[in-house]
Amino acid sequence: MTSAIDITSAVKPPRAVFVNFPLGHQTGKPNHPELQKRIVLDAMHGFETIARPGTIVELPYIWDPNDRSWEARDYTKGWMPERPSKEAADREEAERRVRYWT
Amino acid sequence: MPVSYIPRTRELYADFNNPYRWVTNESVPWTPLTKPIAQCKVALISSGGIMYRDQARFHREDASYRRIPKSATREDLNIWHFGYPTKDAQADPNCVFPWERLKQLEREKVIGELHDPCFSFMGGIYSARKVRSELAPQIADELKRAKVDAFYLVPA
Repeated sequence: MTSAIDITSAVKPPRAVFVNFPLGHQTGKPNHPELQKRIVLDAMHGFETIARPGTIVELPYIWDPNDRSWEARDYTKGWMPERPSKEAADREEAERRVRYWT
Repeated sequence: MPVSYIPRTRELYADFNNPYRWVTNESVPWTPLTKPIAQCKVALISSGGIMYRDQARFHREDASYRRIPKSATREDLNIWHFGYPTKDAQADPNCVFPWERLKQLEREKVIGELHDPCFSFMGGIYSARKVRSELAPQIADELKRAKVDAFYLVPA
């Protein structure tokens, strides 16, 4: 699976299917199981149908037919939302550990 | 037009001392699939930084990986990654870790079997050497021992 066709062309995995979606959505949009299933199904078919090593199959799905402006923003400076502080992340991790103590 | 991520990575990482170097391979590894995917054991790995229950979160330059039981529910999963906005994947991990979809395809007999467990690590590891000599061989050994036929890699 790939959303970065230039990187995949350089790395050259045996088989790849490309979907032109923003990073973090390589197998679809959240809570859209039908779209997710179609993408994963296309990838599974790729195992059977790709016969030439290094082939990248481009899938036809469009992120938003009315707005392609995400392509100009994705993976540029200021695009990453602010992340939780290390302290907040440590706290969250500690809470998870406590939750699963038995 | 698809985004060109190589120049954008160079720009994003321009302040670092060492310029980001991409892995460029000249040849393509190839193992033919010898049976229909409906008879194959398929394994899933995601570089989206998925953790199961109380598994430790990922750190920079972390080449470790997590085993995620295929029976995991959404409530069992957490996501930690420095390199992509994780909001949507937190809401539905299937965006980068489509384990529920693969279980569905297993039930519908599209694939033979989804290997248990699934795997995840946090991508954006600077050291290609660590990936090549530590992370990848460990996972490859697990897959060989389990006689997995097809390995599905999902980046994030």
